[in-house]
Amino acid sequence: MKIFLPLDSAAIALGADEIALALQAQAKAKGIDLDLVRNGSRGMVWLEPMAEVQTPAGRMAFGPMDLADVPALFGDLAAHPKALGLTDDLPWMAAQTRLTFARVGVIDPLSLADYRAQGGLTGLARALEMDAPALVAEVTASGLRGRGGAGFPTGIKWKTVSEAQADRKYIVCNADEGDSATFADRMLMEGDPFTLIEGMIIAGLATGATKGFVYIRSEYPIAIHVMQQATLIARAVGLLGPMVMGKGPAFDLEIRVGAGAYVCGEETSLLNSLEGKRGVVRAKPPLPALEGFMGKPTVVNNVISLASIPVIFEKGAEHYKNFGLGRSRGTIPLQIAGNARFGGLYEVAFGLSLGEIVDKIAGGTASGRPVKAVQVGGPLGAYFPRALFDTPFGYEEFAGKDGLIGHAGLTIFDDSADMLAQARFAMEFCAIESCGKCTPCRIGAVRGVETVDRIARGDASAIPLLTDLCNTMKSGSLCALGGFTPYPVMSALTHFPDDFSRTKEAAE
Amino acid sequence: MLDSVQTKERVEEILTAHIALEGALLPILHAVQAEFGHVPQEALPIIAKALNISRAEAHGVMTFYHDFREKPAGAHVVKLCRAEACQAVGADRVAAHAKKALGIDWHETTLDGKVTLEPIFCLGLCACGPAAIIDGKLFGRVDEAKLTQIIGGLK
Ligand SMILES: Cc1cc2nc3c(=O)[nH]c(=O)nc-3n(C[C@H](O)[C@H](O)[C@H](O)COP(=O)(O)O)c2cc1C
Ligand code: FES
Repeated sequence: MKIFLPLDSAAIALGADEIALALQAQAKAKGIDLDLVRNGSRGMVWLEPMAEVQTPAGRMAFGPMDLADVPALFGDLAAHPKALGLTDDLPWMAAQTRLTFARVGVIDPLSLADYRAQGGLTGLARALEMDAPALVAEVTASGLRGRGGAGFPTGIKWKTVSEAQADRKYIVCNADEGDSATFADRMLMEGDPFTLIEGMIIAGLATGATKGFVYIRSEYPIAIHVMQQATLIARAVGLLGPMVMGKGPAFDLEIRVGAGAYVCGEETSLLNSLEGKRGVVRAKPPLPALEGFMGKPTVVNNVISLASIPVIFEKGAEHYKNFGLGRSRGTIPLQIAGNARFGGLYEVAFGLSLGEIVDKIAGGTASGRPVKAVQVGGPLGAYFPRALFDTPFGYEEFAGKDGLIGHAGLTIFDDSADMLAQARFAMEFCAIESCGKCTPCRIGAVRGVETVDRIARGDASAIPLLTDLCNTMKSGSLCALGGFTPYPVMSALTHFPDDFSRTKEAAE
Repeated sequence: MLDSVQTKERVEEILTAHIALEGALLPILHAVQAEFGHVPQEALPIIAKALNISRAEAHGVMTFYHDFREKPAGAHVVKLCRAEACQAVGADRVAAHAKKALGIDWHETTLDGKVTLEPIFCLGLCACGPAAIIDGKLFGRVDEAKLTQIIGGLK
């Protein structure tokens, strides 16, 4: 009997390890030969821990599993109280376009045989037949833009590194994923680590880089473990090492662990951290593409950018590019978080409206109360009111509404949210996490907290001060930490003015 | 507790294992903290010398990162997520409850040395918050009752 049960952090946080032990104990007691595969998560977090049983008709899903639900998995499956039906037929799964996440939750993350059987390494095999300019051209043609937040075209970045002359070049994967509401990088690394490795190898072929780093935040112990194991396996079979797949040039990989600094997700700060320095932001230029890690040409790309490369080479740039809207090509793994009825990961072509995402896919709030605001793009992203729910999910479309899609995390808040408190938190977070190098961010954020507190005490004259301060931070900060903190603050103020107009009496 | 000679020996071993890495300081600090639970004062000069950097620089790096401790933590470390997606499902309430139940604020340790309470900003469990990581174990949907139960179970 074959059962799948995720090793994904969310599943484990909801009790998957305890369910796994119970499954094994039950199988043993019943004398059943159990093949328990710890897979990635399918992304339906509200159903975790979600077990899947292999049946002749396909994989049947059961969840959310409690310990009490374990014995019945060895009985009449159709009568199981948590039976959900065939996983692939569940509406949440059936409506997605899974390109980057095609294998996540499907395969055993550390089985190269599973990986190959589901299309893995097909892209790399094709890439090994191409020269560097052709590889770069393919990525450019796919329309892929950086999924880390800034949306910079990946092909152009690779071209710069590819054409730079240097004795050493590097591929650095940004797996710092510090934004609240985001977990796509984590799920990909935990559920399909070889996809990321394959993407990084192709990046190496395209740019002439022979060494890669994956910088993973320390808050992700399971992702770190899976990536370390996958790297060892890839090296053992010659996928990584002196000759990629026995054919290509050298490429090797090291997994590095962050140390709890949000700003280290910013690429130059990350490079300093990798070099063993304080994670302060570097002034640009020089671009990391020309002077990055140890001063050498370096590609810094987000996990999802790199993990989308294999499918682009497997299915072709055209295939990828044909999904999407406007200048936002391909698919985006939406991460639905916070007070959502159905929270999790949903990969789909760009272009759904925010309202479709929040009301249809997320099903509104978990609390059952009305949605008040949705923060899109993490702690540096704007709060959207219902009035802007017609905004289509795309880089330019969100920028046009004074927001950003960032790493595509969405936090849903119900009507109990206090938007002044959210604005205060945005400033507080910036103050805690500022690297300290530039004044608008370091001092501005502290002043920001004080100013919001004045408004909270009923001092309406502090509102224009807050606006001024935001303008200063926006135009004067060295990086987007100070530069974008005004997005959540100003959107809260603009769209939810009632929360900022407290009478002195009410506040005191 | 290790005496300072033993501490030096262990730090030297860690250095030997990591010194060849490009940009070795963070991996070294992580390894030292994994060994001792914090980065002991006497470790820094040894590390600095091996990496050919000043002691002030090593100290500056260590203090820049929230993860590294100069002093040992309590026997158990409770880290509660304070970030937005967890706020949306009651993280502030749970944090207030934890502070009250333990009688401490963020970054403090209970008088009996049993529990240290720390904020953390996102564990990637944002669709099943409020999230916590307690002695390295992940927890989702942590409400007041669940937290009381978990804290009660800490020895
Ligand atoms: C404060 C701050 C935090 C950031 N955090 C991340 C992060 O956690 N992950 C990420 O991929 N990019 C992050 N970025 C964006 C990176 O600087 C960079 O644009 C990105 O890694 C480039 O990769 P991409 O082109 O594939 O998106 C952050 C930027 C700023 C200013
Ligand atoms: S916001 Fe709490 S785990 Fe992400």
